[in-house]
Amino acid sequence: MKLNRREFLSKVLKLGGVLSLSKSEIVSIKFTENTANERNWKLYEKRKEEGKEAPLEDSYAVLVDLTRCIGCRRCEWACNEWNKNPNQPIEEFEKSRFQKPSVFDKIRRTHAGNFTVVNRFYDSEGKPVYVKKQCMHCLEPSCASACFVEAFVRTPEGPVLYNPSVCVGCRYCMVACPFDIPAYEYYDAFAPQVTKCTFCFDRITEGKKPACVTICSANALIFGKRKELIRLAHKIIEDNPDKYVPYVYGEHDFGGTSWLYISNVPFEKLGFPVGFKEAPRRYTENYLFAIKVLEILAAPPLVYLAYKALKEHEYEKDHE
Amino acid sequence: MGNKSGSFFKEKVLLGKSWGEYISGLLTPWNLVAGIIIIFGLYAIIYRLLFGLGPATNLSDEYPWGIWIAFDILVGIALAAPGLAVATSIHLFGFKDYHSFARPAVLSSLVGYVFAVTALLFDLGRYYRVYYPIIWSWGLTSVLFLIGWHFFLYIIISIVEWLPAFFEWTGLRKAQEIFSKLAIWATALGVIIAGGHQSALGALFLIVPEKLHPLWYSPLLPLFFLVSALFGGVAIVTIESSISHRAFEEYIPHEEHEVFPQKLLGLAKAMYILLILYLLLKILDLIHYHKVVYLLSPYGYWYLVETIGFVVLPILILANVIKYKWSKLVPFIGVWVALGVILNRFNVCLIAYKWYIPLSQKYYPSWMEVALSLCMVVFIIITTRFMLRRLPILPRKKEA
Repeated sequence: MKLNRREFLSKVLKLGGVLSLSKSEIVSIKFTENTANERNWKLYEKRKEEGKEAPLEDSYAVLVDLTRCIGCRRCEWACNEWNKNPNQPIEEFEKSRFQKPSVFDKIRRTHAGNFTVVNRFYDSEGKPVYVKKQCMHCLEPSCASACFVEAFVRTPEGPVLYNPSVCVGCRYCMVACPFDIPAYEYYDAFAPQVTKCTFCFDRITEGKKPACVTICSANALIFGKRKELIRLAHKIIEDNPDKYVPYVYGEHDFGGTSWLYISNVPFEKLGFPVGFKEAPRRYTENYLFAIKVLEILAAPPLVYLAYKALKEHEYEKDHE
Repeated sequence: MGNKSGSFFKEKVLLGKSWGEYISGLLTPWNLVAGIIIIFGLYAIIYRLLFGLGPATNLSDEYPWGIWIAFDILVGIALAAPGLAVATSIHLFGFKDYHSFARPAVLSSLVGYVFAVTALLFDLGRYYRVYYPIIWSWGLTSVLFLIGWHFFLYIIISIVEWLPAFFEWTGLRKAQEIFSKLAIWATALGVIIAGGHQSALGALFLIVPEKLHPLWYSPLLPLFFLVSALFGGVAIVTIESSISHRAFEEYIPHEEHEVFPQKLLGLAKAMYILLILYLLLKILDLIHYHKVVYLLSPYGYWYLVETIGFVVLPILILANVIKYKWSKLVPFIGVWVALGVILNRFNVCLIAYKWYIPLSQKYYPSWMEVALSLCMVVFIIITTRFMLRRLPILPRKKEA
């Protein structure tokens, strides 16, 4: 009988006395068997080879209207289902907003094999505001800039994809991401990978919407072209000035993101990093340019000094 | 031939003892402590390799970098800068009086880098791909790419700088002469390479303006890291040379011992100037970016502990040390300054990083992470001692 990867890993971990220490609920984090990232990367490369990567007039985006989200968490279920990540029956997700205690009691983040989470915050009147969190698919992604083996790429369609086949596992992408999205398979000893939302690259290249958008029945997620959605977002805010804060999150933040948010609560109260317009990769990339200029400028004086030192070295040797 | 190489081994490696004598000579209390640390360290290494980063460390998705980066890389590389700080001054800027410091400085750099990179291997999820950025997958926009390449090149440079001592030891005069010349070129290239990656370690954090506390986040981070590596490197030279002058007292010529206090004061002056430069840059950063307002907060007090406790105070004491020629104090201030570098790197990488999450949720290392890091420190000390005893690194009495 052939052991599959999950059974093998769990055997290895039992040997190390690791499983006995852990709670069953985080076992899914440990053995994710995530293949979605790899699948989408291969699809990206195939399309590139076939020349299908036609330059698009505009990339895809999603507009999240936080005032409409009801916290049903079906998007989480649909995401797991489509991406073949560890999952539970859909009812488990749907009932959590009525439960006490519930998963909403803690602010969650993405983990290995778990591309999206919905968190609960409260507005000034104590009414819940549900905020979906997933990769923002930045226009100038920090992860891609930070990666020293180019394991991330921003596709012309919009999704930022990850390539596990070159990843060394330095986890600088996780440090660099302003939204703390990439997660790591810390419990895989031999071939761990980063996991993150793919923007359902394999669906949108076939003309379908992402899995989470498709299942959303509250109309909180709107899929479309980025420029159109920005226009729509501003129009919604203009038409309902009392309801929304006058800000489209992601239009300019961190150099612009493909996922855009409008809300009735200021974004800094919903866990969004605010006040950063420029893409942070500019800072590191400017540094890299500056250091190269300095290295070039330093070269001639150093060559001169070394040459002089060598002359002295020979002079001393001759006069010994 | 076999007999001859056998006697070479006995004379040069075992220092003229037989195997039995050599091994029984190793049984000292300090070696016992070192041995225990190594056993725990090796256990941590094996455990990490078999069961993965999750069980072995306290790393998480919130804290992808722990002390293997903060201590082994950020601190380790900064304090392995003697080669940059001292060898350059001697070989290129002609501080010939300090000639006897050149080889120990090069040795500490070489050993420091080798073990820092060794520790890094265990932090990488897929350590067996460590050569990928060198061979075929080039992430040219990444600061880490520059660091990877510069580490790789700098280890080669350090080996070239170290080889003259090695060939002198083995008695290959011809090779020694060739590499003495090559070492000068290597030193010149080393300035570019080491200056590049010392600053790059600070530049790593330029990409997280939203995560690093504003008191520590600065466009000057690369310069802060470079300057603090320079005084950190000099601090290590004061510590290391004081210890080796005491431990190898009988080998070192009398006249070296006589001038040694004077040399220590010279190193103290170098530290003093670099620390003042660093402090001025820090003050500029504080004022130019309007950060003074952050000082009245818990993180602000912590920043003051770092800056006043480990920069301003050493400066004040060094001023007196230089004035009254208290050379005996210099290595102690060296320890103080080195601790300041350690504190600064921990602050940037761990403590002020994600400063907004509550202390209870912050990262602290697992015992295995500590064991592995300590194990690498022990390896550095043992390897350095092994070479100092054998290779012509310290000035030696002429044998009659």
